[in-house]
Amino acid sequence: MRGKALGLWAAAIGALALAFGLPLFVETFFLVELTVYVVMAILALSLALVWGSAGILNFGQSAFFGLGGYAYTIAVMNMGDSTVPILIGIAVPAVFAVVTGYFLFYGRVSDIYLGTITLCVSLIFFNLINSSGAEYRIGIAPLGGNNGIPGVPPLNVPGNPERPLDFDEMYMLSMVVLVLVYLGLHWLLATRFGRVAVAIRENELRAELLGYDARLVKLAMFTIGAGIAGLSGVLFAAWGSFIGPTMFSIFFTAQIIIWIMVGGLGTLAGAVAGAVLIQWLTTWLGETKIADTNIVLGAIFVVFVLLVPRGIQPTIARWLAR
Amino acid sequence: MSEPILRTVDLHRRFGGVAAVDGVNFAVEEGELRCIIGPNGAGKSTFFKMLCGLIHPSAGRILFRGEDIAGDERHRIARRGIAIKTQVPSVFDGLAVRENIRLSAARVQAAGVVDSAVTDVLARIGMVEHAHRLVGQLAHGQRQWVEIGMLLAAEPALVLLDEPTAGMTKDEVVRTAALIREMNTRHAVIVVEHDMQFIRMIARTVTVFHQGRILVEDSMDAILKNAQVRDVYLGKRSDAHA
Amino acid sequence: MDFAAIVVIQVLYAIASLALISLGLAIIFGMMRVINFAHGEFLMLGGYAVLLPVEAGVNLWLAMLVIAPVTVGLFGIVVERIIIRPLYGRIVETVLATWGLSLLMIGLASEIIGYYQAGAAPPLGTVQIGFYREGAYTFFVIGITAVIFVAVYLFLRRTRFGLIALGTMQNADMAAALGVNVNRVYAATFGLGAALSGLAGAIMAPIAGVVPIIGITYIAKAFITVIGGGTVFLAGTAAASVLFGTITQVVTFLSTSFGEVALLVVAVVLLHLLPEGITGRFLRRGL
Repeated sequence: MRGKALGLWAAAIGALALAFGLPLFVETFFLVELTVYVVMAILALSLALVWGSAGILNFGQSAFFGLGGYAYTIAVMNMGDSTVPILIGIAVPAVFAVVTGYFLFYGRVSDIYLGTITLCVSLIFFNLINSSGAEYRIGIAPLGGNNGIPGVPPLNVPGNPERPLDFDEMYMLSMVVLVLVYLGLHWLLATRFGRVAVAIRENELRAELLGYDARLVKLAMFTIGAGIAGLSGVLFAAWGSFIGPTMFSIFFTAQIIIWIMVGGLGTLAGAVAGAVLIQWLTTWLGETKIADTNIVLGAIFVVFVLLVPRGIQPTIARWLAR
Repeated sequence: MSEPILRTVDLHRRFGGVAAVDGVNFAVEEGELRCIIGPNGAGKSTFFKMLCGLIHPSAGRILFRGEDIAGDERHRIARRGIAIKTQVPSVFDGLAVRENIRLSAARVQAAGVVDSAVTDVLARIGMVEHAHRLVGQLAHGQRQWVEIGMLLAAEPALVLLDEPTAGMTKDEVVRTAALIREMNTRHAVIVVEHDMQFIRMIARTVTVFHQGRILVEDSMDAILKNAQVRDVYLGKRSDAHA
Repeated sequence: MDFAAIVVIQVLYAIASLALISLGLAIIFGMMRVINFAHGEFLMLGGYAVLLPVEAGVNLWLAMLVIAPVTVGLFGIVVERIIIRPLYGRIVETVLATWGLSLLMIGLASEIIGYYQAGAAPPLGTVQIGFYREGAYTFFVIGITAVIFVAVYLFLRRTRFGLIALGTMQNADMAAALGVNVNRVYAATFGLGAALSGLAGAIMAPIAGVVPIIGITYIAKAFITVIGGGTVFLAGTAAASVLFGTITQVVTFLSTSFGEVALLVVAVVLLHLLPEGITGRFLRRGL
């Protein structure tokens, strides 16, 4: 156990070193590219918690990501200062998760039906925003329909809207958030609540026969995952100055699942690795045009489910243990 | 006469037109050890599942220390102090033995003493040297003992065991019988079983089910000599009523 | 009066097209408990399997009713062997693997056929109803859907293969003990479901057109209809199609763009009220 904690802190310190040290040596352009990987890694962690640890088959995690991005965008365009909008970007998906989660978990919807419904909810948002005309607005923020919302204001130093964060600072902030989320989730899973959630994943009936209310625990995990996904949505919108309905698309939700499958279902570091790896691959394919992205991702998806179902991290870990 | 720890009042359960449990009045005293037997289809499994909260009754009441628990949520029943072992072992296969027990103990013990309570239970079920193995990798009998360990760790008032020796070897059955007798020194126990050898090792009072009702309730010796019980098990026509 | 007729026809069409695109998925889910997430792409494949031969000069009906189902059926048999069989019994893994297959097929279609819109005008011309014109093809779709459902029902209930397949679905071990080659039954069943999907995609092609991502527009609707229908798959799909089709069409009449959303919302509510689908509670004795 102590070796594990040591490894954790070493990883965290290493990441923070990368966060604050890298900008000294590397072009801003490179950091901008890196930031999106970091943001996606945070999103991956949210699904790793919900699906990998708590065993909730959420095929619509991208909905929380999109909700966070849109909520932040609309709030910051109306308010000017980004501080409160960040919280709104976390709160809106979380509240939505509580409501849908209540119907799902207290209605005892399970497994594949849960996957169906969460996928449908994600598609509802996609269709809703795509079909809505460009004239819809909330306050002064245009919803943009299928074109999305360009010109999303960047994050600024809290209380000082005249002082936006530059790209280097966005990178550093995202890295810090990643480290905090990563450590935070490790801590959460070590608490009694976290261990009960894992037990529920293993055998829900037995967990309830031991006196734990599985519905409440799953609802809590689902909500926490939604908040984290929302946060990554906020960072994404602020980073790219853009948010659009593709964030709710079935393609994007598939990508998040592929990150987890490749990295290792049930692991946290694996989720980060999977996200970075696949994101890098997708970008590379987009640039070199060697093969259609969907062909490669689809093939990876199939191969991993059939041959490497545990994903990369556990497979490597077992290999090293031999 | 003090209130029985568990009592059913005119309990019924119908599936379509079939009455699986047909008006059962049943009572177990605090600290008692009761065995429920009966041929296949007698309704004992259905009755038992109602006691566990896994099925809701069609009619009637289930009173735990005087309070009606029929229709309660599963985790509520557990929190009242009723520990349940299901027919198919229900354990956390992907977690270690120690973690399995710990999850149960953590709900009832103060944070500081959980670990020692777990060690205690491990000793009682004889699984100390297997504490760090994954439950899924254990032998069938050992998995059952881990499940029993989880029940013990919850320090329940009442333990319900559904066929605890199913699939066990002779030696394992003997050890389980000892475990249950020891369990009974601290908790009331109700056991549903098929294995007559096992029943004989532990039984005091035995309730015999037949066609959804209680046929006879008596000591083990009396049951073994009861002609009606023999007929019911051998399938001869019996016009006896509970 | 004629407006009412048009409304009825549109509703029937919505029901029929929903039932048609869901049938293949329903058979595979109902008989094998497998959720084929590449179902939309099977429909797409069926669409290309009719439009490409037609562009090359093949008779439309031949391509639609023979070439498309046979092509996709054979493809389905290959998929069953490579992807479905190794994962048999593991519902979640099957969904994930077929989702991957779906992406793969979309990518391949994009690369090989490209985004150029293949199309064919709906045949059979138009029919005059009072002040309105309705495409005669609409009636064809409604009619052939009914025919296909009846044919599948009869096939499963009255032919030897159908009964063997139903028996295997109920109890594979028993079927094997009786000498049935269970693997071959599964392959054939999956192939049948695939063929029906191909046929459906082909029938819809003149109306909906075919692009590589057209499967995406089908999969959610088909998925919802099948799961909303429940385990009694023929009756369930029919019942769910009636419910969802009617509601979608009514909402579309009222608001044009929110028909899809209405479908999804109704589905979520339905599954909340009837977690086992419609036939979890009603029509339980059907097929």
